[in-house]
Amino acid sequence: MVVLREHILLRHRDIPDIGSLEVYLAHGGYQALAKALRTLSPGQVIELVKASGLRGRGGAGFPTGLKWSFVPQDAPTKYVVVNADESEPGTFKDREIIEGNPHQLLEGTALCAYAIGARVAYIYGRGEFRHLFAGLQRAIDEAYQAGWLGQNIQGSDFSLDVYLHLGAGAYICGEETALLESLEGKLGMPRARPPFPAQVGLYGQPTVVNNVETLANVPPIVRHGPEWYRQFGTERSPGVKIFCLSGCITRPGNYELPLGVPLRVLIEECGGGAPDGRAIQAILPSGASSLLLPGYNPELRLDYESLQAAGAALGSASFVVLDETVDIVWAVSKVIRFFEHESCGKCTPCREGTYWMVDVYRRLLEGRAWPDDVELLLSIADQMDGNCFCALGEFAICPVRSSIQHFRPAYEARLPGRGA
Amino acid sequence: MAAQDWRQALQTVLQKYPRKESAVLEALYLAQRDKNYLSDADIRAVAEVLEMPVTEVEALVGFYSLFRRQPTGKYLIQVCTDLPCALRGAEAFYKRLCARLGLPPEGGTTPDGLFTVEEVVCLAACDRAPVAQINLQYYENLTDEAMDALIARLREQAQE
Repeated sequence: MVVLREHILLRHRDIPDIGSLEVYLAHGGYQALAKALRTLSPGQVIELVKASGLRGRGGAGFPTGLKWSFVPQDAPTKYVVVNADESEPGTFKDREIIEGNPHQLLEGTALCAYAIGARVAYIYGRGEFRHLFAGLQRAIDEAYQAGWLGQNIQGSDFSLDVYLHLGAGAYICGEETALLESLEGKLGMPRARPPFPAQVGLYGQPTVVNNVETLANVPPIVRHGPEWYRQFGTERSPGVKIFCLSGCITRPGNYELPLGVPLRVLIEECGGGAPDGRAIQAILPSGASSLLLPGYNPELRLDYESLQAAGAALGSASFVVLDETVDIVWAVSKVIRFFEHESCGKCTPCREGTYWMVDVYRRLLEGRAWPDDVELLLSIADQMDGNCFCALGEFAICPVRSSIQHFRPAYEARLPGRGA
Repeated sequence: MAAQDWRQALQTVLQKYPRKESAVLEALYLAQRDKNYLSDADIRAVAEVLEMPVTEVEALVGFYSLFRRQPTGKYLIQVCTDLPCALRGAEAFYKRLCARLGLPPEGGTTPDGLFTVEEVVCLAACDRAPVAQINLQYYENLTDEAMDALIARLREQAQE
């Protein structure tokens, strides 16, 4: 496995001021777009991205090139929408890309637009990113002035306008169809699928919605080729990923690593382990939407397949570490409270299920538990499972079920007569 | 922002979209900007400019948590206490902040109308907790001392 000598996504950590167009250009910036415009057809760009094995970095892990290929070629109007609605507790990677390396995101956006034949792209950011987006707008302005965005980019017949759009405080808008509703000026509630956005997306037109980190991967893939990209990562999970490390950890932060590295590298070499040498009790590997990884297996490989085999999921790779001092029931109660707050209210299982689970957790924490409360939590989870309109409700039950599965004594100690 | 002013600012926003309604969140932000909340008149004005039903705009204001229907203090201090931040002491930090401002542990507005303090969900800054946004500006790796200094500075700023 190849170790990263320099960052591929977080390049601002190696190259100061790469956020400015001048420095970005001096370090190979917009070379991929120039190459595509000069020598590649849109279909060839899609093939390169397919061949790289890049999968969506927002959480779902869907193959990016395949997603692009679903867009009908003959549609007159198409859109690229960049999902910068980063709101998953434990996730703070897109924010760093936007702040530190904005042109790479813009170049990836332009390559996606060229590949699918879109002339307009919207970058949808969470409302709390207003100040961050002021910097991104400056990068966009620079790119327009230098002819890397706008009409007839670099003298070609490809034109692209990129607009910023701010949401206003709703986690659900990270779900791609809720995001599109929100962008259209409606309540951010998910749409029924099919049709998928690739057929019927923004304003009813074919649309690709990609995460910030996903698109930041595209310029190096197009510039250096899929073989180069595949030297990082594993056969089935190629490439690099930004791991967000937070919670009980000595050095929290973003760490860009090849997929498939052992958990030890992230937790020990990067993060310095839990503070004061404490033992790790559990890890949430995909933020609030996690199935808990109990204990600490330093040899666990960090790729899509290995996490799944371990009973969890890589998701957005937001590793929240819980050390031995953390009360698991309290930790899960915090997560459920989050989902209850963010449930959009469209479907009953999610709206009511998260509400009642919050109620049960409150009882558990306040020493007022009922004898059957653990069974009650599992029963609510069963009723939500497969019945929620979108993934939010399905994610909400993950930490509940998996924490009961792995840490049942922590719950039972709080039941009446168990003397908590 | 006065109605005429934000209507003017909205014109450039409208150029980004093929449909007017797409500008509704930005219109609400503009209408809310100077006083931190939206009045009935603001909501009616936004609905009128964008040719949307008033009830629809009102529903959006209720749905999206960054819009407010009640005045807040001049400085709105929002502290994230979600799990990753809580693991780095954000809950205790929040309670101490409330106590030092003479507020109950759940937060609220100071009697002089300068500060409103509230808990919020994830701000995408988990690695730099405790973290707060003050009128949407990020302040990270906060300590009690840093927060005290910040509050003192805002008090001075408010007097100028």
